[in-house]
Amino acid sequence: MALVELRNVSKIYHLGGEEIRALDDVTLDIDAGEFISIIGPSGSGKSTLMHILGCLDSPSKGTITLDGTMIHNASARQLASIRNQKIGFVFQFFNLLPKLNVLQNVELPMIYSGISGKERKERAMAALKLVDLENRSKHRPMQLSGGQQQRVAIARALVNSPKIVFADEPTGNLDSHTGEAILNLFYKLSKEGRTIALVTHDPEIAAVTPRRIEIRDGKIAKNVDNKLAGLGGTSKFVIKE
Amino acid sequence: MNLFNSILVGFKEIWAHKFRSLLTMLGIILGVSSLIGMSAITKGMENGMKESLMAMGGVDKAITEEQDVPAYQQDLADSAPGRTMRDVYALKNSASLLRLISPQMALLPAMASRADKRIRPSELVGVWPAALEMDLHVLEHGRFFTDLDEEYANPVCVIGTAIRDELFGDPDEIGTEIIPLGQTINLNGQAFRIIGMFQRYESDVDKKAREYARLHPAKEKTGPKRSKGWGSGRNWAFRRKNLTIYVPLNTMWIRFRSSGTGTNGIPNPKLSDIDIKVKDVENFPEALQQAKNVMMITHNGIEDFGFQTQQGSVENINAAIRNARMSGGIISAISLLVGGIGIMNIMLASITERIREIGIRKAIGASTLAIFLQILVESVVIALIGGVAGVATSFGLVKLLGQLSPTDNTPIVTVASMIFAFLCSAAIGLVAGIFPALKAAKLNPIQALRYE
Repeated sequence: MALVELRNVSKIYHLGGEEIRALDDVTLDIDAGEFISIIGPSGSGKSTLMHILGCLDSPSKGTITLDGTMIHNASARQLASIRNQKIGFVFQFFNLLPKLNVLQNVELPMIYSGISGKERKERAMAALKLVDLENRSKHRPMQLSGGQQQRVAIARALVNSPKIVFADEPTGNLDSHTGEAILNLFYKLSKEGRTIALVTHDPEIAAVTPRRIEIRDGKIAKNVDNKLAGLGGTSKFVIKE
Repeated sequence: MNLFNSILVGFKEIWAHKFRSLLTMLGIILGVSSLIGMSAITKGMENGMKESLMAMGGVDKAITEEQDVPAYQQDLADSAPGRTMRDVYALKNSASLLRLISPQMALLPAMASRADKRIRPSELVGVWPAALEMDLHVLEHGRFFTDLDEEYANPVCVIGTAIRDELFGDPDEIGTEIIPLGQTINLNGQAFRIIGMFQRYESDVDKKAREYARLHPAKEKTGPKRSKGWGSGRNWAFRRKNLTIYVPLNTMWIRFRSSGTGTNGIPNPKLSDIDIKVKDVENFPEALQQAKNVMMITHNGIEDFGFQTQQGSVENINAAIRNARMSGGIISAISLLVGGIGIMNIMLASITERIREIGIRKAIGASTLAIFLQILVESVVIALIGGVAGVATSFGLVKLLGQLSPTDNTPIVTVASMIFAFLCSAAIGLVAGIFPALKAAKLNPIQALRYE
């Protein structure tokens, strides 16, 4: 059984009597340990897909199973708990809380899962070590560079040991050099066995991942394994094996 | 998210916007301090009134008074016996619910004199030793009458300090206190020896003022000395009590009354007062009824007497206090309400400012309840800080009000009112926080994350 199973998922908005299908009958499996990118132009529905996968939103139709739990009809409270325990988010704009220092930012998800202060600190420091920022734990996010902020955000996403990490345009706000470092970090994390889904509009980034899903008009257009299709080398980003 | 963390976050938010938070708290500060101030003023009023009440003899006291006989007994009016010692002995033997019976025989007009000084006492009465307790007198110097004084109708008297002040000299003016025990004064032309003197009765305010005046002497005034005269001061109840002269009841009867000051030179055996005190204030009406029954027998069924109690004044005082408390409470409630609206306003502004933060918190797993609590706690923390500051401010406010207050009574800050006001501020914070907290908790995480 796959880690994430989407079956005939649709998301339908009604705008002034007009029906807009942001997602139209999407069926998708993501296995544990996969490194996958979801690519598509803006307005294609990739963000909607990520929101539904990330339990931020509920589908209008269809069923979703995450780690064996049905989440398409879960309550807001259950969704919050699933987001907290099983999902990590990395955003384009980092979305760190400016008033908290780096360590407190990383601790935040554990506060909501009720972990004691001592363990929180230990795990947050471990997560920061993973992204090579343990010496910046007392800094404020604003005192860090963009790449460092994104690494803090990644540490925050990983700190509760989620089943899957969603990254929404994680390099979109970074220069290409820093972006490459972030992609390398994701690659490294993927090698360590974590399941990661990158959402992007940039084929160059998508090309980095072994599996690529293309969304167009709310439907899955292609479902291509990059390496099998011989597309692995087309990215301008250099992944250090 | 535990409570301590929420409170910490609340403090940080407040600290991050010091000035804004201070302005917000101002409403609560004013509300709380005005609540405490109002309650202090009413408490001061209440104390002042109760002091006066006590000076007049306390709540469990009743005074019999002469009354015109009721209409259906008009034909018996001529045989109305009036209140005499017969009633006193009857009450003493039969009215079991009474604790104390004090007959009084007053002399009017009365004049006390010594050498060239004279003073008109508020009362010159013949009493039993029971009067001491009846009128809540405290004998500070000398002794009270004994049975022998009563038996022999000795010409002895016990005086209030105001009598001493007038006849011997006021310690405030001459600097030393004269205790005129053993001295002789004239009461309506007859020589009486002073065997005792009461303590000086005064309200707390006067006492403080007097002590202050002694420590900080005023500048010498020029010009003739003016007497205050009695009744002109504001604390007439105390002044009146200080102007008392007591003599033994028998002395009064033999020396003044039996010689025939009554109608046509016939001695008048009527008492001017029979004061009674009940054993238990709880059964006040029953005890009065019992006393009435006894006296109906001694008066041959002629109802030429009535009872005057202080229950009425107690109710008046309580009503006045209730009114003052009510109006003060309403004013404070309004300012607390305004403070609450201020908090709600600022919390709404604060969550609008932090929509993105709320979105982030939700995305990483904060439940609706956690967000709700966070905002609520912040609101309560603002209110509580305001409450503490208000309690602190109230001390200054009460001082200020003490200077400006129309009553003579010092406002009294009670711990209960401080706790109550503080709890009020907490409740206001809670109520004011609910709406913004609900609004924040209901935010859609996706839209909140996109919010710029």
